[in-house]
Amino acid sequence: MPRVAGIALQIVAYAAFAASIGYLSSSPDYRYGNERMAVVKISVSHATERLEPCEALSPEEIAKLAPNMRRDLQCARERASLTLELAVDGVGMLDLREPPSGLWSDGPASVYRRFELPPGRHRLALRMRDSARAEGWDYEHAQDVELAAGRYLTVTFRSETGEFVLR
Amino acid sequence: MKRVLAALFARIEAPLAAAFGPRNQPFANLGALGWFFFWIAAVSGIYLYIFFDTGVVNAWESVEAITHEQWYAGGVMRSLHRYSSDALVVVVVLHLLREFALDRLRGKRFFAWLTGVPLLWLIYVCGISGYWLVWDELAQYIAIASAEWLDVLPIFGEPIANNFLNSETLGGRFFTLMVFIHIFGPLFLLLMMWVHIQRHARARVNPPRALATGTLAALLALSLAYPAVSQPPADLDVVPASVGLDWFYLAGFPLLDVVPGGIMWLAVGGGSLLLAILPWAPPAKSPPVAVVDLDNCNGCGRCADDCPYGAIEMAPRSDDKAYDREAVVDADLCLSCGICAGACPTATPFRRAGPLVPGIELPQQRIAALREQVIQLSADLSGDRRIVVFACDQAGADTLARDDTGVLTMPCVGMLPPPFIDFVLSRRLAEGVMLAGCPEHACHYRLGDDWTRQRVARTRDPFLRERVPRQRVAQNWQRPHRRDLRVTELAAFRATLADGSTDHA
Repeated sequence: MPRVAGIALQIVAYAAFAASIGYLSSSPDYRYGNERMAVVKISVSHATERLEPCEALSPEEIAKLAPNMRRDLQCARERASLTLELAVDGVGMLDLREPPSGLWSDGPASVYRRFELPPGRHRLALRMRDSARAEGWDYEHAQDVELAAGRYLTVTFRSETGEFVLR
Repeated sequence: MKRVLAALFARIEAPLAAAFGPRNQPFANLGALGWFFFWIAAVSGIYLYIFFDTGVVNAWESVEAITHEQWYAGGVMRSLHRYSSDALVVVVVLHLLREFALDRLRGKRFFAWLTGVPLLWLIYVCGISGYWLVWDELAQYIAIASAEWLDVLPIFGEPIANNFLNSETLGGRFFTLMVFIHIFGPLFLLLMMWVHIQRHARARVNPPRALATGTLAALLALSLAYPAVSQPPADLDVVPASVGLDWFYLAGFPLLDVVPGGIMWLAVGGGSLLLAILPWAPPAKSPPVAVVDLDNCNGCGRCADDCPYGAIEMAPRSDDKAYDREAVVDADLCLSCGICAGACPTATPFRRAGPLVPGIELPQQRIAALREQVIQLSADLSGDRRIVVFACDQAGADTLARDDTGVLTMPCVGMLPPPFIDFVLSRRLAEGVMLAGCPEHACHYRLGDDWTRQRVARTRDPFLRERVPRQRVAQNWQRPHRRDLRVTELAAFRATLADGSTDHA
């Protein structure tokens, strides 16, 4: 190959390399969400009730324990599953039952979901069960919200106050 | 599939080799280019870190200041950082495909392949974590998407995605963790890159200067013409509807919107596992390894110097010979290429005293047998411009054989001791000798073509003797499928040969 042609081909190769790197490093755009919709994110991480109630230890039982292991209550580790329902404008959107985390099922149960809703006014009704009861709900909350297109609404639960927070 | 890929690479590489020259041809330097791009990213990253605010609140502003207020330095460095990281992905993927196409992964060559698989993961972890640090809309998208994907794994007590629910939940601690990952990830990557080349003697970790200069200039030009910039700052209350993705690192993220995260983990994990077991699918049969004959080994160390895989060590002498050292072959590392025999000064066909047994050779293709084969081959040739072609098994040169052309193949042409060329010409076994092997930097066994060229050029021991007329020695370094070029070059070589006479000293 003549030297000039070789140099020209080198320049073309370097230019193609740089151009492809430059273009694909930020293009084409990816349309991630529908900007005409609102997005609801619900995230609940909550330590549910223990399956077995704790038992109070007698003073003799406490005395038998090693000094650094003494406690008033003897508790089984396993916790109940978390049941969560969400209805939007009276229509069920979520019906979840999440087991507690951890090898001994003694960690918090977590729920995380993301879904789109049309913007506008909606009524969100939440019900949650964190105990071993078969029927009924431990926490209930309903709230009207105004959803804006292209914005998030986050639904969380504050374990310390037992309240759902919509933001 | 390997053949198709190999043919594709050959087709792409031929014009590049013509333009850049065989030594500077980019596809023959993919691994070295990977190292080069890593160092560019590392140096530019260190510069950026000096000015980067590692807190999540001010990260975006600090990157903006780097990009715009010192565009001539920080801006260029940021662009180089991004583009060299992207280029690293390109060369690594091409490197992987090329090594696969050239079947350089099976048998005892598994090590580099196997250690290359975690390198892919590390490169992606380093790259993706870097995009988080800008904390723009793209970072927000990556943070949420990757957190949701990680949360599919049942190993986290609380969803990681909780960190990115809204602007109130965003914590600096997780951001600091990403900074930590982006600093120590590359350090671990470097360590693994070093492990990756451990079974390669003289591994090329620097591309040729011309190629390094060219690629750096191309990336610099790109950085000035099309600088890397941030997207609008992240706002966890707003959905980042449209983001400009770096498709080299983030091409898999859009899939997370349509494929369940668990399936994606299975695909990525299964793909990695599949890649990792490729060297054993199917298992390669290992030929017998090189053997040392202590009676003929003088401990010169040339075989150890030339072995492309560091399979030969020079150990203290174990017999009563008056030499300090002896060659010892590590059977786990030896690929039976025979390059050690080509380096052995005792592997000369001119030897008359006793049987021809060199200090080191392949038991399945002994040097004495090679001498007999050359003599026999020559006896069968006719014409006044006879040529003996010494070729490697990969060269596909055996089809060149005809009445006046004999072909002798061996695992690698680097196995040919230079005295054989002298032997053929001085004993008038043929009028010309052609050495045929893989293209430059594409030797199936690494370095065989290099060593052969250097031995002929008398820049590497053992030298081809000065008395050998170089016009009677041709070299042909082509891919196997370029038989047409070999035939053409063979015909051209034959035309230069004098008819039967010799100009030997």
